[in-house]
Amino acid sequence: MAGADRPSPPLERGTVPWLLAAALASAAPHALHLPPWISALGAVLLLWRAWLWQQEKPLPPRWLLALPVLGAIVAISGEYRAFFGRDAGVAVLFLLMAAKPMEMQTRRDAIALVMLAYFLLLTLFFYAQTLLVGAWMVATATLLSAVLIRVHGGAQPARAIAALAARLSLQALPLALLLFVIFPRVSGPLWGLPQDAFTAGVGLSERMSPGSFSSLIQSGAIALRVRFAGEVPRQDERYFRGPVFENYDGRTWTMAPDAGAPPPRIELAAGSRRAIDYETTLEAHNQRWLLALDMPLVLPADAVLGESFAALAREPVRQRARFSFTSAPAFVANREESGRMLLRSLQLPGNVNPRARALASGWVAESGGQAPERIVERALALFREEPFAYTLQPPLLGRDAVDDFLFSSRRGFCEHYASAFVFLMRAAGIPARVVGGYQGGEINPVDGYLVLRQSDAHAWAEVWIRGRGWLRVDPTAAVAPSRIERGVAAALPVGDALPLALRIDAPWLRALRDRWEASNNAWNQWVLGYSPERQRSTFARLGLGEVDWRPLAIALSATAGMVLLALAAAAFLRQRPRDPAERAWQRFCRRLAAHGVIRAGWEGPLAFAERVARERPQLARLTRDAAGHYALLRYGKGTPEDLLQLRRCVRRANRMHWRSPMNEDEA
Amino acid sequence: MNPPDQEVPIATILSAVNRVILGKEHEIRLALACLLARGHLLIEDLPGVGKTTLAHALAAVLGMRFARIQFTSDLLPADIIGVSVFDRERASFRFVPGPIFAHVVLADEINRATPKTQSALLEAMEEHQVTSEGETRPMPEPFFVIATQNPSHHIGAFPLPESQLDRFMMRIELGYPDRAAERALLESGGRRDQAVNIGACLAPGMLLTLQLRAAEVHVAPALLDYVQALVAATRDDPRFVHGLSPRAALALLAAARAWALIDGRALVLPEDVQAVFPGVARHRLRLAQKGIGAGADDIAELIQRVALP
Repeated sequence: MAGADRPSPPLERGTVPWLLAAALASAAPHALHLPPWISALGAVLLLWRAWLWQQEKPLPPRWLLALPVLGAIVAISGEYRAFFGRDAGVAVLFLLMAAKPMEMQTRRDAIALVMLAYFLLLTLFFYAQTLLVGAWMVATATLLSAVLIRVHGGAQPARAIAALAARLSLQALPLALLLFVIFPRVSGPLWGLPQDAFTAGVGLSERMSPGSFSSLIQSGAIALRVRFAGEVPRQDERYFRGPVFENYDGRTWTMAPDAGAPPPRIELAAGSRRAIDYETTLEAHNQRWLLALDMPLVLPADAVLGESFAALAREPVRQRARFSFTSAPAFVANREESGRMLLRSLQLPGNVNPRARALASGWVAESGGQAPERIVERALALFREEPFAYTLQPPLLGRDAVDDFLFSSRRGFCEHYASAFVFLMRAAGIPARVVGGYQGGEINPVDGYLVLRQSDAHAWAEVWIRGRGWLRVDPTAAVAPSRIERGVAAALPVGDALPLALRIDAPWLRALRDRWEASNNAWNQWVLGYSPERQRSTFARLGLGEVDWRPLAIALSATAGMVLLALAAAAFLRQRPRDPAERAWQRFCRRLAAHGVIRAGWEGPLAFAERVARERPQLARLTRDAAGHYALLRYGKGTPEDLLQLRRCVRRANRMHWRSPMNEDEA
Repeated sequence: MNPPDQEVPIATILSAVNRVILGKEHEIRLALACLLARGHLLIEDLPGVGKTTLAHALAAVLGMRFARIQFTSDLLPADIIGVSVFDRERASFRFVPGPIFAHVVLADEINRATPKTQSALLEAMEEHQVTSEGETRPMPEPFFVIATQNPSHHIGAFPLPESQLDRFMMRIELGYPDRAAERALLESGGRRDQAVNIGACLAPGMLLTLQLRAAEVHVAPALLDYVQALVAATRDDPRFVHGLSPRAALALLAAARAWALIDGRALVLPEDVQAVFPGVARHRLRLAQKGIGAGADDIAELIQRVALP
């Protein structure tokens, strides 16, 4: 048909609310990350359009709209200092989406708006790929189908439209699942995402200063999920190792650079045969440590064991990733340690904390420097027996932080205890260091995963004793055993402010949260975690063998191309009528369409001829002739002579067409 | 195209009725098409817009024996069909036929009667016979019913159920007259007398001939395709409770044939189908959402959605 030169029909008034809903649904989630002024501008534009619709007022002229939109685009490129790039591009798309309804006049505009909405919707995945976003997308895509149905199908009850759209979405589901499984996965992003795609999440950092843990503990965000192959280890065995702090400046603990020591050695403790196999799903934290359970025996292929036993990735972890480990809860770690490492674990800043030093020297003198275990025991006894308190709101400490803590305030949190303990050990000549990580965690009963949150962040100490290697000592356990056995919430005194995530004690609320997090985890594991490796193993399981993504992509596009070609051919064949009279009549009508008179699909020949006579009197006779012969051929007992006559009319229309559309008064 | 030689009487009928009912050419044409297609006609509109006058005029102009039954809420079936009375002289019962034994029955304000009485009339319409006291009596030929009714939301109306509405081939509405027609009406007074006194335009037997001619108008396969597409569209449309029945499709085709005959053509075009479609379809389609009959806009939109095959 002569679709290209056919003017698009005007938009029905009843479709406008649908289109505004489409614009809103695809644009609204972007308000979460856009600068407020852009969101506000978009909201104003949409509200304005809705008001115009409600008041049945005409749309503003295009130039009036062009000015603010161009201005806003300039402002956006100023805001982001770039015009190309993810954020600026999405902002411009958002703005166009909000402005497009202001110039919706024809059905073509409506289609353009829906296409734009699809695109804008897709860009949501640049910012978040959570289950919630996925559900929003499915819902909005269904809404967009409904809008298309409404635009093309005319007024119908909203429920009928919704039902049809839902049915279409359901019908698309098997295809979507199939494509999800077989669509070629490419390692790494298809195009380079700009650096701003990896904004830092919360998590442990490379330094530990007073307050860094207690702020972390306010967050209920998940740091790590663990699935154990066998039995889940006891709560007091669940120490997941992050950064190891060896340098101390009197206030802040930092990680030491590599000392170039020989590779660390971890063995199962004598008599223990227990090794734990588990898989972790690590949230992006932009750090290299992988938070393995102490102490890792077997690491994933792309990880290394650092000098201080931390499992490290080669690159910072920038996306949620999965790792499998084998760890030994009872271990002997570096029975022999290099001198450089030991020296590093003994250094102390000069001239601070004289009282703590004196205390440690006293212990050394008492024990005769023979049994470091006794000194460790003395220090732990100090925490246990003196009135130390475990609290999230410790008082501020002065220049001699350890002295202040040990002898006056005596109120603190894991970082205070670990820091003070390590200071005492070093002062007593025992190599010691602070280890950061997560401890404890909670089993989600819905899917059986162990969940470690930021609120499970913990710091503990490690001492090296000749002949026994590095030993974990947790001074917090001496002060508040319940912290290690039952978690932070149990350890804190009544009345201490608790972070929201830890305050959940209503069972139904907890069950709801467990369920939600389990579904999120399933989404992460099965949807987001469907990596090239997983795809390969899926194919292997299906008996397809090793399939590279390139042949897969070719096969896929070839199949899609053939299906499209077949559909197009079927549509073409169906449109081409077999009846010669019908064919001639359609050709005639196409010629008239070039003159601006378009026969509607439902219009009968004589009615059409009458309309032509009204609208283009100079074409009246020719059209009446053609329509008469066609009517006889198609609906009566036409003769071959009628067909000849009809074809003659077509030829005349053709000639007229080539000569000039305006000089058609041959009739 | 060879115009049938009956063009003259049809034009005469139309102009005669048009002189009585002013400014309603299209509706009068529809009514005539319905009668030529052997269908019963239902005229629905507000009181006082000329329903009864139109029915009178049609009956009179066709030159048929006609009877008028004013339906009221206390009308009984026997008042329509007739009763057996005891004849003393012959010592036996004698059937006294009711007003229904006429060629044209004008059933005025049919929805004011109770359903029982309505169904007596409707049985006669469908079966072309009545059964009374165990005896079945055939109706005269031709036989048709022109019924008028008030919109069913008026007080004192028993709306006809869908199954009985289906017995009427067409339902037409008259609507208010336009300005000019109303002015002419006001100037010359009411039309009821003119309707009764209108002379017959058809010779006896002529109506049957015309009805036969209407049934013979050529229908091509392409047109049947179109009728089927239209009917299918009513069935697929979620707005309607039910689509059109096969009986409705037959009525549509018959009415389109009669319309073509009135237009002086020996073949049916899609335009004919479209012209009679609202009259045939509207009272048979009920909107799912509002529970009321389909509006004229719904039907026009439906027609525009179905492309000619």
